[in-house]
Amino acid sequence: MAATLMAIPADAADAAPGAVDLRADFEASGLPEIFAQLDQEMVGLAPIKRRLREIAALLLVDRARQRFGLAVGAPTLHMSFTGNPGTGKTTLALKMAAILHRLGYVRRGHLVTVTRDDLVGQYIGHTAPKTKEVLKRAAGGVLFIDEAYYLYRPENERDYGQESIEILLQVMENQRDDLVVILAGYADRMDRFFQANPGFRSRVAHHIDFPDYGEEELLEIGERQLEAMNYRLSPQAKAVFAQYIALRRGQPHFANGRSIRNALDRARLRQASRLFQRDDGPLSVDDLTVIEAEDILASRVFAGTPDSQVADKEAPS
Amino acid sequence: MRLTQGTFSFLPDLTDEQITAQVQYCIDQGWAVNIEFTDDPHPRNTYWDMWGLPMFDIRDAAGVMGELASCRKIYGDRYIRISGFDASHGWESVRLSFIVNRPANEPGFALERQESDGRRILYSTRAYAAQLPEGERYS
Repeated sequence: MAATLMAIPADAADAAPGAVDLRADFEASGLPEIFAQLDQEMVGLAPIKRRLREIAALLLVDRARQRFGLAVGAPTLHMSFTGNPGTGKTTLALKMAAILHRLGYVRRGHLVTVTRDDLVGQYIGHTAPKTKEVLKRAAGGVLFIDEAYYLYRPENERDYGQESIEILLQVMENQRDDLVVILAGYADRMDRFFQANPGFRSRVAHHIDFPDYGEEELLEIGERQLEAMNYRLSPQAKAVFAQYIALRRGQPHFANGRSIRNALDRARLRQASRLFQRDDGPLSVDDLTVIEAEDILASRVFAGTPDSQVADKEAPS
Repeated sequence: MRLTQGTFSFLPDLTDEQITAQVQYCIDQGWAVNIEFTDDPHPRNTYWDMWGLPMFDIRDAAGVMGELASCRKIYGDRYIRISGFDASHGWESVRLSFIVNRPANEPGFALERQESDGRRILYSTRAYAAQLPEGERYS
């Protein structure tokens, strides 16, 4: 467990009456399970996990202060998640909804994921009802606006996105206890979006940046994805896959976790056709679960690079 | 004369907090919550005007309460009711319906007797408010 929440001394439990036991609060809120799950299920992302714990600590302290009648401004919990595709923004938003629900800051803890299409209408007078419909659905939970910068289209002055933004801003300000809005998108475009809509910037309290995954983290993600599907990599395949990740990362349109998943899907496809073409008797469980080096080596990524000679060797360096 | 129909009709008017709790109950049961309004108080007037579509995919009462607030803003001088519709097989009907808004002044009903053939008498109720055209009855 992170330092922020573990730093509370263990003897806080026998505190004087009229005192608050943050540790017991923390245990009672069910957050330890969520954080443990987070650590277990999500590879890397250390700065974000730390940030989540900080937010949770703040909310717990706020709650404790409230019990003593200390002034507490309703915390602004709207967030912006920036980062490259496939870095786990949506997955984390789901977790965020669960965390806020455990802490009692949203009543239901469901996540409503929308994009521009769900908010902005096609003709005059269409946008407001559409946006309000979405807000109604998200009430009591978390509204996740993916690729939020599409809401604002400066090149078209008759674009209805602005109308949607105004309604959102109003709700974000006035109904802070009803829903939490999380905006997500690529870092540079979100920056431009916030510059053009200063109202958003000031209403979003937490700007969380998702770093790209390192090669080892990507390999681990891949292995976990395979494990979830009851596959595994042979030792050679693992080495080849590490190499694949290194090559793929240098190529355009790399989408972190998502690219890994796609690559593995294709590897499964090749494994299936390899097994299908084999005619040396029945297959064992091992045959069905192991992905061999050749399944990965057949990838375009190896062919497309100049030093693709490794594809001919069995064990690449 | 205070109009009584639907659930809770003999209780004092529900507060917004109580309405929220009832609406949340409907949502938790999986019923679609619907807001309707009318200015014809006759008990046999079952088809009230709908305020928007029934809300099928809502998780929290706050969304319904927002709709109720905007309905009150426009039709605050009429009767507004909330109903919970159970779409599950075998029910397919309204399970809960209660009034959440009423006009400040409810003039009540007149009992009309009509002498018919022989010594037969036909009775009917007529709302005083309904003498005026729709939309002008309670303003």
